[in-house]
Order: sequence, then C-alpha cells, then structure tokens
Amino acid sequence: MVDRIPILKMGKYLLLSIQVDMHDQLALDLQEDLTEQIVRHRAKGVLIDISSLEIVDSFIGRMLSHIANVSRILDAKVIVVGMQPAVAITLVELGLSLEGIATALNIEKGMRWLENSVNEDEIAGEPESDEDTDAPSETGN
Amino acid sequence: MSVSQLAELLKQNEEQILDKWLSAQRAAGIRFDLIDERNVQDNSRDLLKAVIMALAQDADDFDAPAWKPLKAQLERLSRTQARQGFSASETATFVFSLKEPLFELIQNQSQYDNRVDLVWLVNKLVDKLGLFSVEYYMAGREAVIREQQESLLELSTPVVQLWDGVLAVPLIGALDSNRTQIVMESLLQKIVETESDIAIIDITGVPTVDTMVAQHLLKTITAAKLMGARCIISGIRPQIAATIVHLGVELGDVVTKSSLADAFKLSLKELNVRLVGNAR
Repeated sequence: MVDRIPILKMGKYLLLSIQVDMHDQLALDLQEDLTEQIVRHRAKGVLIDISSLEIVDSFIGRMLSHIANVSRILDAKVIVVGMQPAVAITLVELGLSLEGIATALNIEKGMRWLENSVNEDEIAGEPESDEDTDAPSETGN
Repeated sequence: MSVSQLAELLKQNEEQILDKWLSAQRAAGIRFDLIDERNVQDNSRDLLKAVIMALAQDADDFDAPAWKPLKAQLERLSRTQARQGFSASETATFVFSLKEPLFELIQNQSQYDNRVDLVWLVNKLVDKLGLFSVEYYMAGREAVIREQQESLLELSTPVVQLWDGVLAVPLIGALDSNRTQIVMESLLQKIVETESDIAIIDITGVPTVDTMVAQHLLKTITAAKLMGARCIISGIRPQIAATIVHLGVELGDVVTKSSLADAFKLSLKELNVRLVGNAR
C-alpha cells in the first residue's frame, strides 16, 4: 500500500509520476503535498506524468483540474504528460476536457514546453527587475 | 394415423420420389454454375431421408426433437447456398419442388380414403420446411453482411504518417458513432506509437456533417488534445461549412484548413521544418 505519491524537485520544476491506481484519499493527500512543495521550493512548473495511469474516473479528472488551478494561482505552470488513449477517451466521454491544462505526449516534450514557457515569462519580466545592467553584457557576448 | 401412414408411404417410394423431385428441380432450373448435379442429388437424398426419419418417429409437432436433425441439415444447406450466391427463391424452390412428387404419389394411392388429410399434412410439412430454409438463408446472408461491414470498418479508417510527428486521417464515407469510435481509437493509438504532435483530420470524403458527426469529431479532437497532440481539420467543403454554421456547432479553437496541403504546410511550419526546392 502506497500512502504518498513522491514529488521530486528538479531545478525550478516539480516532477510527479502517478504509477498506482488513484484512490480518493491518495488524490487529496497529493493535492495537499503538491501545494506545500510548490510554495516551499518556489517552483515555476509542475510536470505530472500519468503514463502508467490506466483507470480514471470523474474524481481524478476533477483533481487534475483542481491541481492545475491551484498551481496557477501559486504561479507555477502545470503540464500533464503521457495520457493513455483509453484514459483520454474516458475523460472525453465523462465530459471533462481539462480546459486550461497543457498536455504533452511524453516527459521530454513536456519538459521542453515547461522550460520554454517559464523562460518566456522570465524574459518578459526581466527588463523591470534589472534594467540597464543586462544590456551591455548582451551586446558584449 | 396419417403421419405414420405418410412415413410408410414415403419409405416405400423413396427412390421414385427422389427421381421425380430431381426432375421437378431441373424443370424449375438448377444453377449449374454454382452447384453440380451430384451435389444436388446428394442434398436431395439426404434431406428426403431426414424427412422420412422424422415422420417415422410419428412427430406431428414441428418443434419436437425428432425434427432436429432435419432442421440442422436444412440450416447447413441454406447457409451454404446463401454464401454461394443463390437467390432466396432458388433456395426455397429446392424445398417447394418436393410438393409435386408427394402430391402425385398420394393421388395414386386410391386404397386410402383419407387422401385429403395426407395432402394437407404434406402441404403443411413442405411449407414449414420452405419457411425454415428461407429463414436460415436470411440468417446466412445477414452473417455475410455483418462480416463485410466489419472488414469495411477496418479498411476504411487508415491513419497515415505524413512526416515525423505529423499524422493524417483521411475520412471517406458517412460517419456514424461506431466508425468515429474506431477512428478515435486508432488515431490515439497511432499518436502514442509515433509520438506525433499534430494530427490532420481530412473530411474531404465525408458527404454530410450533422450535429452528431460534428460532436464525434470534437470528441476525437479533445481526446487527442488531452494526450498532448493538436488536431487540424481539413477539407471542409463549402456546403459542409455552411451546415456547421447553420447548425450552430461550436468548433471552438480548432484549426481548420481548406485542403490537406494547407494543413500539412501549417504543421510543417509548427514543427519548424522548411522545405527548400532545388535550384536548377
């Protein structure tokens, strides 16, 4: 019996891989753990790998939406990767299209997306924080 | 007892009935392009034997177990004929042409005074047999149609890879929920196998789009999106575009392109692939 799903920290990102059948308590614990970890590590992105998840119900679907919404408020981007065809079909049939959650085919592509979108944010935010100091160094390189 | 009488009568005149039955069949026309004389003879002989056997057990009721072997034989025969391409009336004629020789036989038995009863019995019997053979024939035909439908489903939903990371699903023919389900499954499976980012659904060959079809397409697109692949719909004809708008179907943020070529160009652009022509 697994009582917690491990959440791994990798640089600015948090990685979590769901490899067991989710039951309700596990999902609730996960939500709690994740929000805590995002705040503690000031994570910029969360990657959720569900490639081993074969059974899904409306509760899990809602949980994913919930995690995504909470993370967005905490300024972390969420991407769900590796969804199985059967799971995707089930979610669609349940009417849960996971609006607003980014998805990718595998961890590699998901990671690339996270890096791109986080970098974009930082570049956009940079001129405000360090104004002129950056400009000369860039021309120098 | 007329049933046992009839059984006795048939047994005594088996050869004669068979001969007359065969000539009656010949008169009605045998499809020699589908079956040969020997087979017709064997089939007729076997069936007649089975009839006599069933009658000999004094079974008046057609649902009695005594008729089981006869029914089984008839079923096998009709099903094969359905597969071989006989028409329904040809299959029924095989049985119905048994009436004439039997009536003739009874007519000649002047020693019996219950000939009307016997004729009625034969009539009932042959009619039942005829109905059964037609029923089995239909069942055989339906099985053939079902098989063809299944193989058509498999044939008509190919998912092809156009480029590294680009899949295309050329849909041809009417879409129903059954078919869209299969399209959805095979597309999603292929997305996983090839790790494709973009799937182009080409509906040039789809004659009509109603709300159901649009709904199914949207479901497929949403499922693909959940897995992390993007879908482009191409080949929407003017009438279909008008229908979609008229029906008020919300396509949302689904990208649509007029032709497969345009959709392919867009997907190459998204994958940062640039095609360069050779200068001559």
